[in-house]
Amino acid sequence: MGTETTRPAVGGALPPLEIPITRTLIVAGAIASRDYQDVHHDAELARRKGSPDIFMNILTTNGLVGRYITDHFGPTAVLRKVAIRLGAPNYPGDTMVLTGRIEELDGAAGTATVRVVGENSIGNHVTGTVTVTFTEATVTVTLTDEEAS
Amino acid sequence: MYEGRPAARAGTGKDPVNLPMIRHWCEAMGDTSPAYEGPDAVAPPTMLQAWTMGGLCGHTARTGAYDEMLTLLDEAGCTSIVATDCEQEYLRPLRPGDEIAFDTVIESVSDRKTTKLGTGYFVTTRTDVRVGDELVGTHRFRVLKYAPSGRRRKPPPRPRPVVNRDNAGFWEGVAEERLLVQRCADCGTLRHPWLPGCNACGSLDWDTVESSGEGTVHSYVVMHHPPFPAFDPPYAVGLVELAEGVRMVSNVVGVPYDKVRIGLPVRVEFRRYEDAEGALTLPVFRAADGAAGAVGGEA
Repeated sequence: MGTETTRPAVGGALPPLEIPITRTLIVAGAIASRDYQDVHHDAELARRKGSPDIFMNILTTNGLVGRYITDHFGPTAVLRKVAIRLGAPNYPGDTMVLTGRIEELDGAAGTATVRVVGENSIGNHVTGTVTVTFTEATVTVTLTDEEAS
Repeated sequence: MYEGRPAARAGTGKDPVNLPMIRHWCEAMGDTSPAYEGPDAVAPPTMLQAWTMGGLCGHTARTGAYDEMLTLLDEAGCTSIVATDCEQEYLRPLRPGDEIAFDTVIESVSDRKTTKLGTGYFVTTRTDVRVGDELVGTHRFRVLKYAPSGRRRKPPPRPRPVVNRDNAGFWEGVAEERLLVQRCADCGTLRHPWLPGCNACGSLDWDTVESSGEGTVHSYVVMHHPPFPAFDPPYAVGLVELAEGVRMVSNVVGVPYDKVRIGLPVRVEFRRYEDAEGALTLPVFRAADGAAGAVGGEA
């Protein structure tokens, strides 16, 4: 376990997070977000609507983006804004890789704006911007290799 | 004309903010943040919309304006919907026990746009989420309501009849639009489906007679499930008794599937199909004109 300490810096990249897009994740995310649209759990009906398979709902994507940021900024980080746009759908069997880059940073206020991209094998599944606040304590919290894994 | 009109007025969350739903969410997302567990747990902010969802039973707070607009878009062929944007702002964390209420307005409806998915309209709504009188979050949501573009794959080919040396003559007749029935050359008994020998006298000698194609539905089933990709259920499959006395299985057409009845007069029709595997002619049975429910000239 590394103990390297990382301070957020403008232009700094967050370690990527790989998310296997399983059928289970898609269905669990849809149900946890109370989204019962058939295209998120019924492959046959999804196909009838012109989609090759079920696909992840936007609420799950939103939750994963939020998790990606709070995983990085630590347990006292608080999400203030999450704005996302969807592109290429997340179908089962794919992998989405979330990456982030700090675009704005106000050290005094403990506020960072992070540009997030989630790419799958088709293209960008999600692009967005997250505003997060964090306390000074978490600025110097250790960001180990394990946190990135 | 729908912009600015409320989509949901004074909606309330179906459940107060609660730990079990938070835990289910965290399990699904793989979110292990300690902020979302224990006695001081707050809800993941990104759950904001989840607390407003109608679930399986749907929304009770939706206004006529929103449903009316969706119906109009459905009627314009924009029957599919996909979420494209979500912008949320969190003013204070939600905690277990918070009872949320929300108001949603239709913020904008775009002009007709052509997208990769198809042509449609972007509908943007904004939802204010409150606990009591306190605004706790806002949620802007954009969906594309669209008509799927015609990029669908070609329909799968119909299954082919299994032709062998015993029944080849039948299918040769069908290809010439003739319905041939086997006849025993010794005792004259007609038989269908085609077989090597006569089941009345055992003779292996036979010839054929051409059926008039007239018959009646002796029995039938309506296929709903399981669907086969080449077919479009529900459809009626009839056991048709030909005027000559033998029975034959095929589709009953020209009448709604739920109007097929035992005794319905039918007449053979040769249908030609063209698909990925080439051309195919099949005999089907069309409800006779004037039969109950018959639809002239339509499949």
